[in-house]
Amino acid sequence: MLRTVLIRTLPRVFGISKCQYSAATIPKPSAQPEVHYNKLFINNEWQDAVSKKSFPTINPATGEVICLVAEADKADVDKAVKAARDAFRFGSPWRRMDASDRGLLLNRLADAIERDSAYLAELETLDNGKPYAVSYSVDVPMVVKCLRYYAGWADKWEGKTIPIDGDFFCYTRHEPIGVCGQIIPWNFPLLMQAWKLGPALATGNTVVMKVAEQTPLTALYVASLIKEVGFPPGVVNILPGMGPTAGSAIASHMDVDKVAFTGSTEVGHLIQQASGASNLKKVTLELGGKSPNIIMSDANMADAVEQSHFALFFNQGQCCCAGSRTYVQDTIYDEFMERSVQRAKNRVVGDPFNLKTEQGPQVDEEQFKKIIGYISSGKREGAKLMCGGGVAADRGYFIEPTIFGDVQDSMTIAREEIFGPVMQILKFKTVEEVIDRANDTKYGLAAAIFTKDIDKAHYISNGLRAGTVWINCYDVFGAQAPFGGYKYSGNGRELGEYGLDNYTEVKTVTIKVPQKNS
Amino acid sequence: MPVIGVESIQSAGAPSACTVGKQTNMSSQPENGQYHMDLNLDHGDTESRQTIPMPIPDLEVQYTKIFIDNEWHESCSGRKMQVHNPATGDLLCEVEEADTEDVDKAVWSARAAFQLGSPWRCMDASDRGQLLTRLADLVERDRLQLATLEALDSGKVFLMAYFVDLLATIKTLRYYGGWADKIQGKTIPLSKFLCMSLFLDGEYFTYTRHEPIGVCGQIIPWNFPVMMFAWKIAPALCCGNTIIIKPAEQTPLTALHMAHLIKEAGFPPGVVNVLPGYGPTAGSAIAHHMDIDKIAFTGSTAVGKLIQQAAGESNLKRVTLELGGKNPNIVFADCDLEYAVEQAHSGLFFNQGQCCLAGSRVFVEDSIYEEFVRRSAEKARNKVLGNPLVPGVDQGPQIDQKQFDKILELIESGKREGATLECGGGPWDQRSLFIQPTVFSNVTDNMRIAKEEIFGPVQQIMRFYSVKEVIQRANTTHYGLAAGVFTNDIDKALTVSSALQAGTVWVNCYNAMSSQCPFGGFKMSGNGRELGEYALQEYTEVKAVTIKISQKNS
Repeated sequence: MLRTVLIRTLPRVFGISKCQYSAATIPKPSAQPEVHYNKLFINNEWQDAVSKKSFPTINPATGEVICLVAEADKADVDKAVKAARDAFRFGSPWRRMDASDRGLLLNRLADAIERDSAYLAELETLDNGKPYAVSYSVDVPMVVKCLRYYAGWADKWEGKTIPIDGDFFCYTRHEPIGVCGQIIPWNFPLLMQAWKLGPALATGNTVVMKVAEQTPLTALYVASLIKEVGFPPGVVNILPGMGPTAGSAIASHMDVDKVAFTGSTEVGHLIQQASGASNLKKVTLELGGKSPNIIMSDANMADAVEQSHFALFFNQGQCCCAGSRTYVQDTIYDEFMERSVQRAKNRVVGDPFNLKTEQGPQVDEEQFKKIIGYISSGKREGAKLMCGGGVAADRGYFIEPTIFGDVQDSMTIAREEIFGPVMQILKFKTVEEVIDRANDTKYGLAAAIFTKDIDKAHYISNGLRAGTVWINCYDVFGAQAPFGGYKYSGNGRELGEYGLDNYTEVKTVTIKVPQKNS
Repeated sequence: MPVIGVESIQSAGAPSACTVGKQTNMSSQPENGQYHMDLNLDHGDTESRQTIPMPIPDLEVQYTKIFIDNEWHESCSGRKMQVHNPATGDLLCEVEEADTEDVDKAVWSARAAFQLGSPWRCMDASDRGQLLTRLADLVERDRLQLATLEALDSGKVFLMAYFVDLLATIKTLRYYGGWADKIQGKTIPLSKFLCMSLFLDGEYFTYTRHEPIGVCGQIIPWNFPVMMFAWKIAPALCCGNTIIIKPAEQTPLTALHMAHLIKEAGFPPGVVNVLPGYGPTAGSAIAHHMDIDKIAFTGSTAVGKLIQQAAGESNLKRVTLELGGKNPNIVFADCDLEYAVEQAHSGLFFNQGQCCLAGSRVFVEDSIYEEFVRRSAEKARNKVLGNPLVPGVDQGPQIDQKQFDKILELIESGKREGATLECGGGPWDQRSLFIQPTVFSNVTDNMRIAKEEIFGPVQQIMRFYSVKEVIQRANTTHYGLAAGVFTNDIDKALTVSSALQAGTVWVNCYNAMSSQCPFGGFKMSGNGRELGEYALQEYTEVKAVTIKISQKNS
């Protein structure tokens, strides 16, 4: 994901921001950062699970256990919801706080994360397996920017006064929804936490967040910072735990007002059903994708190859918006394929703490096996394996950068989300054809077009059924720009001003007046 | 122009000056090297922990030159101007005096900083915002120093400078720091019919870009020197403009300290240029300059007219004006009387009466008139005048001899024209620029003190009988800056607030200002709005980009 980062070479990463206070150099990481927090964070306190259960979190680069983490279940969710409800009660410090002070708290949180960015990046790499150079120069800075962005919104989320018919005065208040359940995935643990917390806290909600069982450590460290900067108790509660237990308890809870979920489409269905079966809590979903990346023959070849490589392989291919169907116009197909294979072969796979590494391990054994299974299906269904296709190391969950050519739209690898370093390249002839084929999916998260032709760029981008369209770029994310899916890829938008809507109840207040005047 | 919760500061008065310590708990005070926010809303244990800030003794003035291109310059003419402490008349320092040539230099620098492809133009909007946030942090770091400087230079009460002016400055910078990357253009569904009628055929895609205007001249007054500085630069910078700002000749010192902080925060050279100087020379040069794209002025209505004319005579630069006021404060009999008296008192006497939004026409309903006048006079008599650096003092000197003389002259006119002098009415301490808190009752609408802006500690109290009458009288003025209404009746509150011709109406409060809320005048009180989202419009040009496309779809 993210920004032009890593598109060409790592040094490019340092150019993210022109301001002098952005990351200037990557400090030498410690491959064994100390873990300070492994309990549940409820009411600004560290607690064991009611069941006393815990679970191991694994270093995917080695398969070794990093530590045990308290495992939340329904009883813990109940405790956390109670704390969040109490923090949200009318007249509480959090409810009475000036919006600008909510913003200041978010800014202070961003400052604290920035202060500890090297440590957080180490912990993220240890727990998730993503290259440290990326955690440090992409994930953590994006977290800081996201929090700062929403800090600014806190006192700018304005209601309206409305010229209603009749002798009335009418205004709207943008009120927080209340207790928000948030369930986040393991592919960008810190960043997904910031995407969820930023808008929820800027608008004044309280939060019960379940972090992914694969990657709970950085979220818990951020919890300690949330307490440090001065958020009142109960405003943010963080529960490591499993989806079917803790996650399900949140989705089904009768006293949670809203649930936001990022993860698979399969679980997204369950969340929506749980809401319907319980209290009709508001639901926002950010789910899977099988995003088309369309390369027209007039595109800049070198740029298109590099960006398409990045679009798929970034973050070990573990991106919901990965460009996993690369449609290439027939006249340039062979050259594009040749160059893409060369680029994939050059991809540096290995120890994520080595600063030269571009690709670390997959997050866990389950994902690893699933991806290997998809690679087999590709071979079996007749796609042409151009490179990779196997395991890349004898321990840990490393997979070789893999490219399939001659992929047909009907193949499993062209229809299902692989979530791994496996690129599908498909051939097309015409604009109309590629729009149809690109849209022939249940997903609609992202898409991209590479062309120099202004007309094609607009025509295709208007025709694509996707929440985000990138033109001559890929994975360009800014806290300012909304992100979310059409169709089965989700519901609602995160980031940008749009992200605030999902955390707001609009209250219309109408007052009788003796006489109305313009 | 207090910001948040200032009512309790003003009501604290001399004997309980320590209560202002409460005000600190919503600002972020560095404690033990980290920012701590005490959000305990009942102020329980905070008082014992918070100590009253004290001015820095024998503060040395560090910055006295012209700030252009992130460097300190001497004036082209070699002239300097003297800066005095109005409380003592002592010379504080000499400051380089900018004139036309210096303005030209500054414009050249600001233009270069604004040129397409410059670091400032290429900077991410979020980074512009971050620079403003850092500037806020630096102001917070130097808060004591700036508040001391402000009190010395303007004569305002140190604790007010610290708790009101500096807090507002910090909050305004943070507020606009947040806006920088939220100034959003739109994409616009162009009507096919319109397109066709104009161009015969075709389909279009239209979007707007909100671009900075360019080089902005900003001229600010002496009554809230550092706060006005922030009000002006924050929205201009957050939208991406470059600036030439002229602080008032009476009070250039905090602006020059801010210039130093702007450089320290990391703004590129030329983005902000600070030129101390006089209105008829440097100010006029800015207003007439052919290469300044926009001018914003806060000050008197008389000078506001000159600025508007200068823009018309030169390059039609965009003009925003925040000018004088003669603001009505309407007190109905059904209000909380003691509270209304106190609010009306602070609404007028705050900052030695030197506020454009001072509630200088207090209209009181007939049935409570006598009691209101009696309590108001008592309150005014209890005011403690003296050295503004000393805790417990709640009124300092007027800014300079000219203002001092003008106020006394208007007080004399009030006596002459038949208003009843309830208290005060003359200078306090013959050696300097203090004026006794003065209350006039039985003031009628045609008296000079009811029509002209006094800009001093002189309160006019008028009597009224009906809603309709008071609305009409309140609006009979060429000003329209602010107004207050005190009533417990929701119908009266909404009726009167709708009817008043004023840019700001306070109901059951006065001077309740904040960065989020727009401020500006109807009629001859000004043009445009400062603060809030509205201020962004004053610093952006909207560009509509329309692209021909092959086929439009919804």
